[in-house]
Amino acid sequence: MTLVDSPPAEAATQGTRVARRAFLVRELGIGLALVLLIAVTYAVNPRFLSAQNIKDLLLGSTILAILAVGQAVVVITRNVDLSAGSVLGLSAFATGAVFVAAPGLPIPLMLVIGTALGAVLGAVNGGLIAAAKVPALVVTLGTLYMFRGLDYTWATSRQINAADMPPAFLRMGTETVLGVPVLALFAVAVLVAVGYYLRHYRGGRELYAIGSDPAAARLSGIPGGRRVFAAFVASGALAGLAGVLHAARFGTIDANAGLGIELNVVAAVVVGGVAIFGGSGSVYGAALGAVLLTTIRAALPVLGVNPFWQDAAVGALILASIGLDRALSARVGRSLREGKAHG
Amino acid sequence: MPTPVLALEGVSKSFGAVAALRDVHLELHAHEAHGLVGENGAGKSTLVKILAGVHAPDTGTITLDGRPLRPAGPADARAAGIAVIYQEPTLFPDLSVSENIFMGRQPLRSLRRIDTALMRARAAELFDRLGVRLDPDRPARGLSIADQQLVEIAKAISLDARVLVMDEPTAALSGVEVERLFAVTRSLRDAGTAVLFISHRFDEVFALCQRITVMRDGRWVSTDPASALGVDEVVRRMVGREVSAMYPRQDSAAGAPRLQVRGLTRRGAFADVGFTVHAGEIVALAGLVGAGRSEVSRAIFGVDRYDSGEVLVDGVRLPPGDIAAAIRAGLALVPEDRRQQGLVMELSVERNTNLPRRWRLTRGGLLFGGAERRAAVGWAQRLQVKAGRLTDPVSTLSGGNQQKVVLAKWLATEPKVLIVDEPTRGIDVGTKAEVHRLLSELAADGVAVLMVSSELPEVLGMADRVLVMHEGRLTADIPRARADQETVMRAATGQAAAA
Repeated sequence: MTLVDSPPAEAATQGTRVARRAFLVRELGIGLALVLLIAVTYAVNPRFLSAQNIKDLLLGSTILAILAVGQAVVVITRNVDLSAGSVLGLSAFATGAVFVAAPGLPIPLMLVIGTALGAVLGAVNGGLIAAAKVPALVVTLGTLYMFRGLDYTWATSRQINAADMPPAFLRMGTETVLGVPVLALFAVAVLVAVGYYLRHYRGGRELYAIGSDPAAARLSGIPGGRRVFAAFVASGALAGLAGVLHAARFGTIDANAGLGIELNVVAAVVVGGVAIFGGSGSVYGAALGAVLLTTIRAALPVLGVNPFWQDAAVGALILASIGLDRALSARVGRSLREGKAHG
Repeated sequence: MPTPVLALEGVSKSFGAVAALRDVHLELHAHEAHGLVGENGAGKSTLVKILAGVHAPDTGTITLDGRPLRPAGPADARAAGIAVIYQEPTLFPDLSVSENIFMGRQPLRSLRRIDTALMRARAAELFDRLGVRLDPDRPARGLSIADQQLVEIAKAISLDARVLVMDEPTAALSGVEVERLFAVTRSLRDAGTAVLFISHRFDEVFALCQRITVMRDGRWVSTDPASALGVDEVVRRMVGREVSAMYPRQDSAAGAPRLQVRGLTRRGAFADVGFTVHAGEIVALAGLVGAGRSEVSRAIFGVDRYDSGEVLVDGVRLPPGDIAAAIRAGLALVPEDRRQQGLVMELSVERNTNLPRRWRLTRGGLLFGGAERRAAVGWAQRLQVKAGRLTDPVSTLSGGNQQKVVLAKWLATEPKVLIVDEPTRGIDVGTKAEVHRLLSELAADGVAVLMVSSELPEVLGMADRVLVMHEGRLTADIPRARADQETVMRAATGQAAAA
């Protein structure tokens, strides 16, 4: 015979409520930090919230946010995609090159081509990870250099200028609808679509399951290899899309487009509360993280902070958000446990 | 006898040099619960994994409803109608309880979206059926092992499978929960499900099963109607020899106080816990699951901090929350959850054995393979660990053998005070008796043993004194002579302050 009793359910729900609130708090926290930052900067310099500056902030966040959404999908599965910046670079240069070769190409078709190119590059990542069973960190570090090398070889120090691209395409990079830049609308559409998929579709939930416990996912019959492959294809496709938007926004493209942006992307994802070991977090958080990072970079010069300190500020933000995650999970854990002990 | 729902014929499976299963056969029939018993390492868990589609057999055939079954993976086996409750829960800590139950087969609404409300309702329905109160929306993280097991059971039941395989589903459950599980299992069985029930608790096997198969060393030994068998006969077939007394407790004179705990308090877990364990004494810490026993042992060892109180070893105060200092002072803790807390699953048997004392094995700061191997061999032999090679990862061993490695690891530090948390949970009779003999020997050598246990026979059989906890407080200190089921139970349920 055994000495055990049944669990106290009432106390457990108490813990549950705290747990649920904590997840909400996480994204609210980033939002709050963003509002605070904007308020302080506005107090110092009211022009920070001029229509033009808001538009610039949104434009500046767009590409990072799209990349962060793709990255979040991969990180949720307990992987990482370091090649995002190189995929963006290749796609941006391809956009220019295609327009040089076929000036009359419809813009929607160009968006599809860029996205498809990114998806193929993402499939290379996913395929290598699945076939070689090598950690994503190593594989995508390799393809980070490989894709960039392809970019350099193709560009051969050429530069594609605004004059080589259709004016309608370049207008898309600056135009606004009701004050909101068209590019930002792309980011919002991507965010909502991916966020909805992750929340409401089996495939999306399975990505969380894989990141939460890969062994348990296997026992649950989740096709882990296929899902992770798909996550990398999605991340690649979004980086490809971001490349086309990059070309539209800047007009001038060389082989260095998006150089080094991958670490910013990972930073945005982490700041946005996506657990680096997978299983939790949301693309909304990741996108908010991207907006926060962009805003900080824009706000610090206004606040008179020495540019040399700007990277340090971003670093501090990463550490602070990890600290916040630790504190939150400790609190959630404690309330779930105490629920047990008092029953 | 009608044709079986599921039949295994001549199934063998090897992992490297270790043959886990050799020429095993088994037949499961509809409307019947079939018990499978055997010592640790007898191949039960391997058999379960083959049925679950995790491993493919090397040789032999599996037939389901007369048709050959060769599942390519767990999803295949599940689709074919085989539901499995694993020995160790396999949950996703970040996801909600209801998502855990329905992962991969969530109910859908329009546009193939997940119907969250329906999923939640179905989970609640399952919990009603099992008679447990769990919030379907809470995350699986932080669930007790018993609750995790209940979620696993809910998951398996929700599959409405032809064959239900249960690998020690009751190891962490209370009497009431076991009864509910059995009621549900019986109703599934009566509705036509073929049940395979694996347990080390014979009373449960005999209460539930109509036929019992015994396995030993990866081989099939016998299959008989339960009515034709007795516990003694089953045990004899399992071990292939008569088991010496299960509780070989030799009386040893208690010596000087070794471990003293005074006024130990951790808010939300336990309060004002104080006791002394003398050299040569085995003291059991009994109580219901959740009474705070494991928490106390973890605090003593320095895994968790405590808010007030003190811990002394041989009269010297230990700094709180400092495991290294506790080990230096001669403390050792064999934790409850061997997979999570006791072992580094990817490391080899010898590495695991030597982890706590790796510094003592170094020469000039370097660790040499030879020294490590020699040190590991001694303990592995003394505890009769069954492993292919000592360089194999611990994850390849069976549950009982893993437990032996955890014990070897801590015994190798030659502790003065040994704290064991559920030392025999989920291990077979033979190994259980060995572990008991070992604890007894250690006490005779002057080690102070503090044993946390939920198995009442073990508590009564082994302990010189029984400490009982109830809701975070020590409610009784009962000497061996006066300890019986009733006094311990009363104290554990807080009905009376015995002694």
